[in-house]
Order: sequence, then structure tokens, then C-alpha cells
Amino acid sequence: MTTSVAGPVHGPVHVTAEVLAAKTVGAYHHLSLAAPAVGEESRPGSFLAVSIGDGRLARRSFWIHRVGPMAGHRAVVDIVVEPRGAGSRVLAGLAAGATIEVTGPLGRPFSLPREPARCLLVGEGYAAAALTTLAERLRERACEVRLVLGGADDAHVLEPLAARRSVGQVEVAAGDLTAAVLRSLPDVDVVYAAGSPATLRFVADAVHGSATTCQVALERPLTCATGLCQGCPVPVLGDAGDAHVVRACVDGPVFRASRVDWEALS
Amino acid sequence: MTSTQRWPFTNPVLTASGCGGGGRELATYGDLSALGGFVTRSVTLQPRLGGREPRIVESPSGLVNAIGLQNTGVTGFLEVELPALLDLGATVVASIAGHSLGEYAELARSLGRADGVMALEVNLSVPDSAGSGLFDAREPFQAASVLGSCRRDLRDGVLLLAKLRSDVARVAETARAVVDAGADAVVIGNALPAALPDGRPGGLSGPAIRPQTLRCVAEVARALPDASVIGCGGIMDVEDAVAYLDAGARAVQVGSALFHDPTTAFRIAHHLDPASGPAVGEDDA
Repeated sequence: MTTSVAGPVHGPVHVTAEVLAAKTVGAYHHLSLAAPAVGEESRPGSFLAVSIGDGRLARRSFWIHRVGPMAGHRAVVDIVVEPRGAGSRVLAGLAAGATIEVTGPLGRPFSLPREPARCLLVGEGYAAAALTTLAERLRERACEVRLVLGGADDAHVLEPLAARRSVGQVEVAAGDLTAAVLRSLPDVDVVYAAGSPATLRFVADAVHGSATTCQVALERPLTCATGLCQGCPVPVLGDAGDAHVVRACVDGPVFRASRVDWEALS
Repeated sequence: MTSTQRWPFTNPVLTASGCGGGGRELATYGDLSALGGFVTRSVTLQPRLGGREPRIVESPSGLVNAIGLQNTGVTGFLEVELPALLDLGATVVASIAGHSLGEYAELARSLGRADGVMALEVNLSVPDSAGSGLFDAREPFQAASVLGSCRRDLRDGVLLLAKLRSDVARVAETARAVVDAGADAVVIGNALPAALPDGRPGGLSGPAIRPQTLRCVAEVARALPDASVIGCGGIMDVEDAVAYLDAGARAVQVGSALFHDPTTAFRIAHHLDPASGPAVGEDDA
């Protein structure tokens, strides 16, 4: 048997997960999943993919919102579901005790600053879930963390009270978060953003040309979520301005904002 | 006409072209050497960036894809993808797609002489070959001429597979033509010509097309009882694979199911492993 020498020691796994808890908060459904080995290996910016089954072949992908102990399990994974299509409605309807097939943790996570830095986190809608464990890691590294939470309306702003407990400065900007982002930018070294492509592009443009570095958690429609299908192309620019197409699921979903060819991203 | 080439697949389960990434991604979920073979995405002479989004749209029990044959071209394949696959222990089947007979011949030459390529799979069934600018192999004589071009300069010991569309009216005739032209085996089934919701051409794959592909495998097995047939279309579990083997296939390829559960091929291969239980549908040539 030959095995990969270059392969990861701990990769994602495909497992049957049990729903331990399900609750509705605002516009979203929160699921707590006992998914063996997924939570343990998760890092800030990781996501997982659910197989819905029942004739639905494409995966449904979710940011890993929290990882923690629950009901005797060491690393229970929380995800945030916005019921929008057939698949997410199935998930939103799951109650404790149900089981689902999941693959995770997936994707290239956020890079953390080596030295303590002033960090701005921009989270829009449910995608703010991608930033929750990031904020915790940054605080552990003595980084100054401020968070701008956006969403279409108050119901679509993810857990502002919980965020206030774990992050020092939280600004809630339902409706339009652009002004809040622009106000905070002069005082930070690093920006991390998760949200719609339009919002990510706004943040990328706002830091462009400055000394502030920016990483974005880019959400694209994913079919396999595991690097197999080439269905999630992201146009990127190399250091020499050369154009490439990479995959959102395994080459991302976290990208340096300056690397993404925002003009070509449809 | 029975091929004299050695059958390189020790397990009847292979991956389908374009469904296993570059190999490393799939190897995260299982041992590639436990599969009969790993069929690469279709390699073209020049790199292709692929099509625009959306590239894949879900459809009932299926997927409609318009990837546009994104690949790094033959040079990139030989330098990066092939060595990685060999490191992973894969039995490598290189899928090729060309814009002309000359291009097919050149691809067969350069990939056929690469160490570790055990088989070539000539993709004659791209769901949108015209839109992709590929050689039109719609007619059996065209398919045969492609196989002839590939066979001519192919190194001995490299199995030559022809991947055909599951068009029940033409498939047996096409299979006979490519076998006569030098194919060692036929792969029956590719994504069926379909359209994305926005009207762009694409290919429908998944369990939605399985009964249709299965019919074509049965037709070819009946018309060409000596030919080696590999079935490819909508296999999700062991029962589906066994249905193809029972219909006369010597091996199967698992494709879209990997997008839903990347462990599928490994699980089916383990179950059908001739070493771990009674052989299913295995037939020594």
C-alpha cells in the first residue's frame, strides 16, 4: 500500500453526525452537532459540508460557528443555517436526535498575526459565524479586536449579545455596514471579513493601497466542497498579475483580499 | 474482437473522469491504491481555464455541469498531477480530449509513453463537444478514426479505452466501430447532453441517468459479448454497481456520487474486492 507523503496528517473526515441541539435565534437556526473528529481539527474559518440525501447530490456548506463540549462530547460543532432553499429547509427542520452525514473540517482557514495586532472583523448575516472562533484566537494572542456585525435587518444580525461578551468592541450595523467599516479602518492593522461577495469587495477596495492587510472568507456555491468537482471557480491574480482559476473550497475559502480578481468574480 | 492487453484493474471500481479532483483531494478519504483505477479529468493539449459560473446546478437526483474541461494541459499534467497520483499509489487512467485527430494522436503519444499511465480513456462523449471546440465524434466512423489515431503510436501495455455517450440508438454500433479500430474496452456513459437553467449547454449526471446508462451497457454487452465494457452512470452504492456488473460490465466507474460522499468509491470497492469475498461479475479474459 502506498500512502501520500505530502498528504495531511489530519484531514477532513466524512462521518455521521448527531444533532444534539437545535434552536431558532432571529432569522437563523442553530444546530449543535456531535461529529467525531470534525470539531477537534476545526480552525477559525473552517467549514463543513452536509449531505442532504434524498436525491439531492450537491452539498450544503456551513461555517463552523463554535466548537465546545456538550453532553459528554468534547468538541461539538455549532453551525448556523438560514432556511433559503430545499436543502437548508430540511436542515432547519431537524430536531435533536436526528443524524446527518457531514464532511469536515474543510477549507483553508484564516491566518493569524504573529505579533499582537489591531484587528477589525466584519461579519455580515450568518457568515459572521466564520469569525466567532477567530475572535477568540485573536484575543488569546493579545490582539485588539473590534467587530462590525451587519445583516439585512436586526433578525439577520448574528448574535450581537454573545459577540459583546467575547469581543471588546462590537458595532451593530443592520441594513448597511459600510459606514461602520470605514470609521474603524484607520485604527486597525488587519481586517478579516465574512459576508456577501459585494460586502467583501467593498472591504477589499477600502483597504486597497493601504498598509492594512485583509483576508476574506469567500462564500461561493459549492457542489462537492471537497476539491473534486471544479464547480466553484475563483479568479485570482498571481504576484505578477497573471490570471489563474482556483477552487473556493480547497484553495480557499479564505483568501488574501488582494489576491482575488474581484472584477472577474461573477 | 478480444483485446490481448493485460487488464490492469485489480478491483472493478474506478473513479469517473472529472470526479476525483487531482487525486490528492480524494485520497484524503481513502486509499487510491484500493480502487481499480483513478481516471483523471480530461487532459487537453493546451491548458483550459474552464467556463463561467454557475458551473454546476443541482437537478432532481442529478447534477447539470458545464465545467468547460478546465485542466492544466498535458505539460502540467505530466509535471504535477501524474507524479502526485503515482505517489498516492493510483492505477492511473489518463482521460484525453482533443480538438483534432492530430491532437488526439499527440496526446496518446505523450501520455502513453509516460511512466505509470496504465490506460488511456479517449473521451468521445463530452456533452457539449461542439461548444467546447472538440473534435466531433458523433458518428461511429468519426469515433473509430479517433481511436485509430490514438492506437497507432500507443506504447504496448497501455490499455486503450473509448468513453462513449449512452445513446441507446447508436451505442452498440459505435462500440463495435471503436473496438474494431483498436479500443481494448469501452466505457459506456458520460453526462448526457442537457442544459443549465440559463440555457447554456451542459451535461446531466447522477442517479437520474442510471437506468438509461444501464440499458446501454446491456445493449453493448449483448451485441459484443467478447468486449470489455465499463459502466459509468449514477452509481451511488453497491447495489447500483452490481446491477451494472450483472448487465455485463467488467468494471464500473463512480462519478457524481463522490461529490455527495467522497468515500463512496472506496466503500463499493471494498465490498466488491475479489480478495475479500466472492468475486462479483469478474470474468478473466
